[in-house]
Amino acid sequence: MNTWLTIERLGLTEGSTRIIDDVSLSLAAQRTVVLGPNGAGKSTLLRLIHGLLHPSEGALRWAQPLSQAMVFQRPIMLRTTALANVVYGLKLKGHAKEVCQRRALDSLAHVGLEHLAQRPARLLSGGEQQRVALARVWALEPELLILDEPTASLDPASSREVERIINEIAASGTRILMTTHNLGQARRIAEEIVFIDRGRIAEQTPVAEFFTQPRTLAAQDFLQEEMP
Amino acid sequence: MTEFSDSFLTAWQLLAASDARLSAIVLLSLRVSLAATVIACVIGMPIGALLAVGRFPGRRVLIVLFNGLMGLPPVVVGLLVYLLLSRAGPLGQFGLLFSPTAMVIAQAVLVTPIVAALTRQVIADEWSEYREQLRSLGASRARAAATLLWDGRFSLSTAALAGFGRAIAEVGAVMIVGGNIDGVTRVMTTTIALETSKGDLPLALALGFILIAVVLAINAVAYAVRGWAERRWG
Amino acid sequence: MITRRLFCSALASLGLLAATASQAQERFVTVSSTTSTEQSGLFSHLLPIFEKASGIKLRVVALGTGQALDMARRGDADVVFVHDKAAEEKFIAEGYGVKRQEVMYNDFIVIGPKADPAKALGRDILEGLRRIEATKAPFVSRGDKSGTHAAELRYWKAAGVDLDKAKGPWYRDTGSGMGPALNTAASMNAYILADRGTWLSFKNRGDLGIIVEGDTKLFNQYGVILVNPAKHPHVKQADGQKFIDWVVSDAGQKAIADYKIGGEQLFFPNAKR
Repeated sequence: MNTWLTIERLGLTEGSTRIIDDVSLSLAAQRTVVLGPNGAGKSTLLRLIHGLLHPSEGALRWAQPLSQAMVFQRPIMLRTTALANVVYGLKLKGHAKEVCQRRALDSLAHVGLEHLAQRPARLLSGGEQQRVALARVWALEPELLILDEPTASLDPASSREVERIINEIAASGTRILMTTHNLGQARRIAEEIVFIDRGRIAEQTPVAEFFTQPRTLAAQDFLQEEMP
Repeated sequence: MTEFSDSFLTAWQLLAASDARLSAIVLLSLRVSLAATVIACVIGMPIGALLAVGRFPGRRVLIVLFNGLMGLPPVVVGLLVYLLLSRAGPLGQFGLLFSPTAMVIAQAVLVTPIVAALTRQVIADEWSEYREQLRSLGASRARAAATLLWDGRFSLSTAALAGFGRAIAEVGAVMIVGGNIDGVTRVMTTTIALETSKGDLPLALALGFILIAVVLAINAVAYAVRGWAERRWG
Repeated sequence: MITRRLFCSALASLGLLAATASQAQERFVTVSSTTSTEQSGLFSHLLPIFEKASGIKLRVVALGTGQALDMARRGDADVVFVHDKAAEEKFIAEGYGVKRQEVMYNDFIVIGPKADPAKALGRDILEGLRRIEATKAPFVSRGDKSGTHAAELRYWKAAGVDLDKAKGPWYRDTGSGMGPALNTAASMNAYILADRGTWLSFKNRGDLGIIVEGDTKLFNQYGVILVNPAKHPHVKQADGQKFIDWVVSDAGQKAIADYKIGGEQLFFPNAKR
């Protein structure tokens, strides 16, 4: 795949803290996982790319405009049914009512929650809520899906289910850009790893190489600490 | 302390006799204050939500203004509405003074800032939680405000109840714009004021007990409904 | 969302119901009157009798005489029914009223502690006030530009007491209606000028009793005036006049005389025809 996003000298300062420090990056892989220690600036980088935050300096250069969607660590469910939560995202994109309804149901079926469509979303389990959140973005058929630690607060079974769904979305051609604390998950999903440390890009490496021969000391330390 | 027990007794007797005049007064109180609260919610809640979610010049000033107006003295509101609705005033041609409609207007003016300010607080809390998700889905600020109003409906019931409580308890505004006309604009609070004037303190206090009971009953029902709805929707 | 639509329409209909109910048009005259007529219960007694005779309802807004006249000046009343001759004549002279007709009188009384520290009991009004001032016994004043307040000021003046100089902690200017002022007097054990009607129907008397009464100077005349339609075209001239005609008629005068509390007549009809 060709480079779809070039990041040029991106920086974000809050107060006197450099959260993102002079980041330049070319993203070409279809599935990229951003790794790094806590507080390295992973989530912030994703938010800058998604447009939720505005950089203090630098720029994002898109090869072509991509429709994006984002899944957060903690799913935000509106106080309505699971189905209506999925419909809500579609409605905001201006789809007709019948289209919304049909696509939302399809999407819920994809994440295996068709049977819970009419249940109040807030009363679903954490894993089910995250799957509704995935259904909500899947229905939008984004060209780029950003996920910020989507399985961080889930039990192993739910994590696996979410991972399966991410893989399926990726299989439909959507670009994936995500962060995770789960190195096994990173290994299974990623083609390429971006390793970030203290707001700077330490290295950008194909996944197999990253886990066997990381190029930087920071990444080596990180892997040693995180791996059992 | 005999005054209190006398008043309790009087209150029970009034309730037991289900006096037609008393129930008419209680009903008028409820109707006027309910209508005022509904109007205040229709106006105040969108204002509160936009103040919480919006980004526009003067927003902070407006927030301070609405917070300050929560303490608006009822007499001042009554006087303002009186001057507006008086025959010599700008809206005099409609002849609304000394009617329940005038009382609804005055109480709506009194209560709208309360509803708006409390709504702003509720929605601001929700907004900090929902903000990224809603923006990510592409919701405009106006759309986000509408979504949060609906999503926060259970918490917002507290704002509505606070407004209603203020409306039904105030006497200054309805006394001035309603005139406490027997059978037309006489409500619980103005009746209490009148009976106090007549020196019939036990009766005034008994009516006060009934007013408190009515307000408590409404709050209890609202609380139960809210609890049920929250269990239903999470 | 079906539930949301349901919720919103329920809310709207609730508001509408609450706002529009009882806006049925009925025939009524708005009377601005004084707290003494309202709080003594006279109007509650007259209202149904007049309604039965004419089919017209009276909507009485009870204020101090000064306020009642101001309300009429603004065009918010059809008829004024008050008790301050000087203020009423000024009202007519300004063109706000058509004509003043005398209806009835009651009398003012001085209420005070039964122990009577000022030794004012049984005196005439002027001597009574002089003694209250001389002993600086607590005195509660309405201070609200009502008819009773105006009368009180006239009596002080006639008694030769210069209030501006004599005022002190003993003289409590409460700025309140007759009832609230009586409540204050009862709690302070103070003297106060009151109208007999309000006193008779007043329940929270404490240790107060009548100190001065029966002096002809305490005569308190009520007048009734139709608000001038030339100033305020919306004034209900025909129905307002009907009420005035009725209240000075034999039937109206009898209804006034019939009003009693504890067997005691409160108001004495004296309309001239």
